[in-house]
Amino acid sequence: MITRGFFGRRPSADVAARLPPGQYEEKGFPVLSAGPTPRVDLAAWRFDLKIGPRPVKSWSWVEFNDMPRSQWKRDIHCVTKWSKFDTNWEGVTVDDLLADAGIDSPPTPYVLAHSWDGYSTNVPYADLAGDKGMVATRYEGAPIAPDHGGPARLLVPHLYFWKSAKWVNALQFTERDEAGFWELRGYHIYGDPWREQRYTGD
Amino acid sequence: MAVPTERFDWQEARVVRIAAQTGRVKSYFVEPRKWSGFVAGQHVDVRLTAPDGYQAQRSYSIASAPEDREVELVIERLEEGEVSPFFHEVVQKSDTVEIRGPIGGHFTWGKHDGGPLLLVGGGSGVAPLMSILRHRANVAPDVPAVLVYSSRAMDEVIFRDELIARAEAEANLRLVLTLTRETATDVRFRSGRIDMPLFEDVLGRFGGPPRHTFVCGATAFVDAASRFLIDAGVPFPSIKTERYGGDPVRD
Repeated sequence: MITRGFFGRRPSADVAARLPPGQYEEKGFPVLSAGPTPRVDLAAWRFDLKIGPRPVKSWSWVEFNDMPRSQWKRDIHCVTKWSKFDTNWEGVTVDDLLADAGIDSPPTPYVLAHSWDGYSTNVPYADLAGDKGMVATRYEGAPIAPDHGGPARLLVPHLYFWKSAKWVNALQFTERDEAGFWELRGYHIYGDPWREQRYTGD
Repeated sequence: MAVPTERFDWQEARVVRIAAQTGRVKSYFVEPRKWSGFVAGQHVDVRLTAPDGYQAQRSYSIASAPEDREVELVIERLEEGEVSPFFHEVVQKSDTVEIRGPIGGHFTWGKHDGGPLLLVGGGSGVAPLMSILRHRANVAPDVPAVLVYSSRAMDEVIFRDELIARAEAEANLRLVLTLTRETATDVRFRSGRIDMPLFEDVLGRFGGPPRHTFVCGATAFVDAASRFLIDAGVPFPSIKTERYGGDPVRD
């Protein structure tokens, strides 16, 4: 349906090619989260890896930062319609995390990421492996601000940004694709921005 | 939790009424073709389409109560925006836009959730809180509620007349209005940004932490309010937030 009188403010061809359907380019970095920003003490910070209910490995902040680090420049896409180009992140890839835990093949096909504030989100293992997902601790050369998920957030930039869980503190392999916080509240189980999978059934 | 069971399809919604709230904010009352209700606090996506197929989408909170026949969307005009200036300059009564929803299963309140309720809004962040307040008055007027509302100036207070009237008429509703860029001349209201004494006073009157706290506004406002609330002893999991971006360009 054409909207009477609407012509829009067209992005350039370069920008348009990088924007998934229904998105617009944002120069700032909006903050979105379901609750207050938790205050996470680095001395008490732990990151756990689990297979089902079974803990496999747990890292302190110092141990976590001793792992090999990677730097990524990626476009990110929030389900609330903004996209931000060329964001720079540094952290430990999920590949390196699993290698450090001595896991060379995925025990199950799905992963549920957990956060300090009780948030969770599900991501298939295939979308984390092969340099697709990292646990990021730095953004644009500085520690990630608490508002943006610091000290550590999951980064899965090819999916809508709610999958990049803020304040992440565990990855858990699950047998089934278990819906996380937003996935239980009307958001899409997978969340591919290029297929505009915003809400359940998209 | 409002878990949708089927796809949200885009549908046409006719604008049946437009009401100016303040110089920069208007309410657009729309009638979707098929609408099976919503939960107070939810939002809809709005989509505009140009003749060549170019589309723009934005999300807007619903301010009306689920009991109301029309769906009220509160749209603040952001000068650098693409969609909100279009609404303010072009959209007229009887125009049609596309919407889908209702969306969001977290920042919501229904009768079964109970109270007391603390609602904290900054600027146009009052919109989903208004839906909750109106719904509460319809279905659970016994639930104690306080609305803390921060606005720059008296003439920028969205729903000003209705809020003042409700606070006077509803025994269990209290309005704490604070103005950040002018001095309140009305003794019922205060001046200055939200601060710890404000929340200590509000919470003191509840006689304990509220069961549910909803905070909505710009990021800096939500962060400040959440910090005060947590420092004042409101349990972290009882606080739900909704933030409007970090950049005023966003609409």
